[in-house]
Amino acid sequence: MIRLEDYRRVAPPGVVDIVLKLADRIRGRRFLHLSGGRFGSGPAEILQTLVPMMSDLGIDAAWEITGGDPGFYATAATLQAALRGSERVLTDEALGHFVEMNRVNAKKLALDADLVCVHDVQPATLIAHRPERGRWVWNCHFDASRPQRRAWTFFRPFVNQYDAALFALPSFSRRIGVPKYVIHPSIDPLSEKNRELAPREVSSVLRALAIPTDKALLVQIGAFTPAEDPLGVVNAYRMVKKHHDVRLVLAGSSAGEPDSLEILSELRETAHDDPDILVRELPPDASLQINALQRAATIVLQKSVRESFGLGAAEAMWKGKPVIGGFVGGLPQQIVYDVTGYVVSSVEGAAFRLRHLLNAPELIARMGAAGREHVRRSFLITRQLVDYMALLIHLTQ
Amino acid sequence: MSQALPPFVFTGCVELRQTLDHRATDERELLERLEEVPSGSVFYHTHGYFLRHRPITTAYGNDFASWVATQVRDQVLAERLAVVNPFEFASLEQLREELASIIHDHLLRLSAVPRLEFGEPFYFQQSHIVEVSLGPGASTLAEFRAGLVAVDASAIYFHMVEARARLGRRAGDFAEWIRTSLEMPELADRIERIDTYMTSLERVRARVLTLVDAALEARPR
Repeated sequence: MIRLEDYRRVAPPGVVDIVLKLADRIRGRRFLHLSGGRFGSGPAEILQTLVPMMSDLGIDAAWEITGGDPGFYATAATLQAALRGSERVLTDEALGHFVEMNRVNAKKLALDADLVCVHDVQPATLIAHRPERGRWVWNCHFDASRPQRRAWTFFRPFVNQYDAALFALPSFSRRIGVPKYVIHPSIDPLSEKNRELAPREVSSVLRALAIPTDKALLVQIGAFTPAEDPLGVVNAYRMVKKHHDVRLVLAGSSAGEPDSLEILSELRETAHDDPDILVRELPPDASLQINALQRAATIVLQKSVRESFGLGAAEAMWKGKPVIGGFVGGLPQQIVYDVTGYVVSSVEGAAFRLRHLLNAPELIARMGAAGREHVRRSFLITRQLVDYMALLIHLTQ
Repeated sequence: MSQALPPFVFTGCVELRQTLDHRATDERELLERLEEVPSGSVFYHTHGYFLRHRPITTAYGNDFASWVATQVRDQVLAERLAVVNPFEFASLEQLREELASIIHDHLLRLSAVPRLEFGEPFYFQQSHIVEVSLGPGASTLAEFRAGLVAVDASAIYFHMVEARARLGRRAGDFAEWIRTSLEMPELADRIERIDTYMTSLERVRARVLTLVDAALEARPR
């Protein structure tokens, strides 16, 4: 098991001491996290580390999940998609059943705590069953600024029953009746996805993925969806390829969605005509492969055109790579323009910045080093742990 | 060696950010919102800038100038806002007035209000500072130096920025303690004169250390 002390060698000097001092003030207090599942989402990934760290510090930290029948899960997913802005059909019956299932969940779960942090949509209506003691915070991990109106009309009264809401960015929130705090997500530098890898481990993974390393690698990792714009990345690569002998790696998952399967098929067709375009479909838990690919990259792309606060850029910067990302979501927060990489708004912009960096190898190294330090200060899990503890102190003092 | 009572206890801080329901998409809105937000928000976007930009010293010195330069792309106003040193103002209201007056004056000279085309709106925020005592305390200048080398950079911010600008301790905590408890007024004056504007917390730490080292060197053996 990884202990807080292990983070001294990666976190900025003094941060672990700040964590220990904050923990002294809240030792024994109960901090309950509620989410829709233990796997497969950004919040779950970070809670898997944060909750044991808090327990290790003497905080009475717990993590419970809500459950239900297939209708409950389907409505939760539809409601979350609608709150993200997609047009979805939500019937009164489905919403009523969703609320009822959480009433049943409330009876099964021990909801008594000093601070209850409810992650995203699935457990959100548990607020209607809050005990008298304790403060409740809704932690929204997605961009909820432009929800479908009907979905928001249903959801807003629940949000307004919380003591506060938590967003990854100010722009992800909208006007609500409770205070809104901002905490950026973070990466765990000691996890399988981000831990140091020996060169032979990197080579072994690349061999297994059939990716040669005899040319500079441009790497984008992400779902094969229109939001991540892998076809735009191919077009940018083509503009660069006229001047630089590089190889493009597009690695990710299709999740079986029709849109993704179509994009994946188009990418494979393109790759068939150009042996320097490598498309690799990764399994759901491909942490080691992602780690190795980011480490092998010369430049990492995250050319999304729509995004919440994915941490692909921070992961790559932690590995000392410059990142060219889209001007959306949390990417401008992660990428310091002209210091750790570039945010761009077009295919041409991505191509221009790729050429700019490939023509200046010394800049690649300098930006990579600056990126690692930027992540060390701003996007490591120790910073998020500090923020959560500060929230607990602030709301319960 | 002179020994101080009471000892100096380093205090780090954590900034809990709160976003407000005020945003601006052009310079006139920036002016209007700036005039109505709580003073804590003025503090957050000016003095607080130095806590959040620890690793990389950026070019603008406050969030207003940075937004105008990078999002609205109005270099003239950005330059005029960037030069405002928040540490020169006795109160946040005076600082707010100065910033608002600069934007107002700039808009008077233009026929159209510069606005966002592709950039991000300006979101007004404020912060809640959670103090973290990092004891044990220092009783001598040598102990103070040892503590200063090791503390989290947020302690430099707390004692040199937060203490002066929001807590009313105008000299800053380092200078005040060295003057009153160690009775070393010359060293205190030098530390008080350190310019904390447009630099990084690590550079401020290095400057204080240089002055302390010189004082320790000059001490009779």
